[in-house]
Amino acid sequence: MSENPSAAGAIGTCTITLVLNGEHRRLEVQPWTTLLDLLRDPLGLSGTKKGCDHGQCGACTVLLNGRRINSCLTLAVMHDGAELTTIEGLARGAELHPMQAAFVRHDAFQCGYCTPGQICSAVGLASERCGYSREEIREYMSGNLCRCGAYPNILAAIEEALPAVRGQKQEDAR
Amino acid sequence: MTPFSYQRPDSIDQAIALAGADSRYIAGGTNLLDLMKENVLQPRRLIDINGLPLHDIEETAGGGLMIGALVSNADLAWHPQIEQRYPLLAKAILAGASPQLRNMASTGGNLLQRTRCYYFYDTATPCNKREPGSGCPARDGRNRIHAILGASAACVAVHPSDMCVALAALEAQVHVDGPHGQRRIAIEDFHRLPGEHPERDNTLGAGELIVGIELPGEGYASHCAYLKLRDRASYAFALVSVAAALELDGKTIRRARIALGGVAHKPWRIEAAEELLCGKRAEQQCFATAAERLLQGAQPLADNAFKIELARRAIVRALSEAAGGTVR
Repeated sequence: MSENPSAAGAIGTCTITLVLNGEHRRLEVQPWTTLLDLLRDPLGLSGTKKGCDHGQCGACTVLLNGRRINSCLTLAVMHDGAELTTIEGLARGAELHPMQAAFVRHDAFQCGYCTPGQICSAVGLASERCGYSREEIREYMSGNLCRCGAYPNILAAIEEALPAVRGQKQEDAR
Repeated sequence: MTPFSYQRPDSIDQAIALAGADSRYIAGGTNLLDLMKENVLQPRRLIDINGLPLHDIEETAGGGLMIGALVSNADLAWHPQIEQRYPLLAKAILAGASPQLRNMASTGGNLLQRTRCYYFYDTATPCNKREPGSGCPARDGRNRIHAILGASAACVAVHPSDMCVALAALEAQVHVDGPHGQRRIAIEDFHRLPGEHPERDNTLGAGELIVGIELPGEGYASHCAYLKLRDRASYAFALVSVAAALELDGKTIRRARIALGGVAHKPWRIEAAEELLCGKRAEQQCFATAAERLLQGAQPLADNAFKIELARRAIVRALSEAAGGTVR
């Protein structure tokens, strides 16, 4: 059985550690706190948005151990020791992440509410074995809805930035 | 969500020992947590099984593959052995959900998905699946997405999975462990029709845990197709889906496997329909005959009669695509 105090099965607070946007964090969470609620409320990382809260809109997309997931449909307590990247962790200081810069360049948003999820999702896509054509990008970005309908510019931004993001990831992996 | 306690066992035996009437196993959680947010399910204890050694895909002595229950839907679909030997399974998985959900959802959990019937999700309405004996508002209510085959007076819900439709065509075996030991359940016998007990989606016993899915050696890799029809081009549940797999000798069909999704409480497969294809030339006429047999006895509800004709044409098209060779 895990050493986590939660292993005893008590209803109460559990301690987890996360590498959150590159920083080691030790956090107290209740078992029923979703990863999304942990990020937004106690941690104040409100860049990750709560849209539908049911995994249907993608506004809450974050990168968990480098893979894109819906943070609304998972419990924080399940991710002890994980590495988590949110929209706040993508830029390097004042320098925007290439995917962020592409979204700005292409005006790939209107109200902006879905944008952090779109960008995290597109960065996640860069690590996957798909998304090598416009049609594939559309299909593999279908988990992120944009109620304003900014899809043409979102698609253009992702298409432009993907090669550079993929290249950077390959370099980082070396 | 209603508060619950959380436990994370390290072994299968520990997990099974912890299970009880007030607990649920959680793996990906993509459906379970959604149902808990809606108060459709209110377990008092969650048993997190992600620490169990069920994350691998291994070859079996029989020439097939054993897929650990905790392999994610994404890792399964993109696994080289699945892509090469079981493209039907890869295609079905990638037709379902979104990339984010596939990264989280587990193989075992995909089998245990609950229906997306609106009334099952809405705790303000009766539902025999959620509250046995309370009634079924779908039968005379909004039922466009509901069953045309195998339904009962008590329930007209459909099983939502794409992956399971492919598993049915591939004749997978579900390996489970539980308080009374290990057993194997043919996928055909895993999900059940609603009958008088729609609250039971499947034949798992109390405390039983899916540990793996076994694929037989034959994957119909060269002639298969998964056709999914839905209200939008991506990221929606099937109105009708078809997994079609053929083994051909020139133009002659030696073996056929067909399973339907979106039409019943479980993936719909009729062996007699497949036998009608054996020894026949792979062409539209015999595909239509098989479609007739598969849909024999279909009973539409007020809003879903379109599914019968949609399924008929989808079966013919999927079999035609499979006969033309798997699209890689």
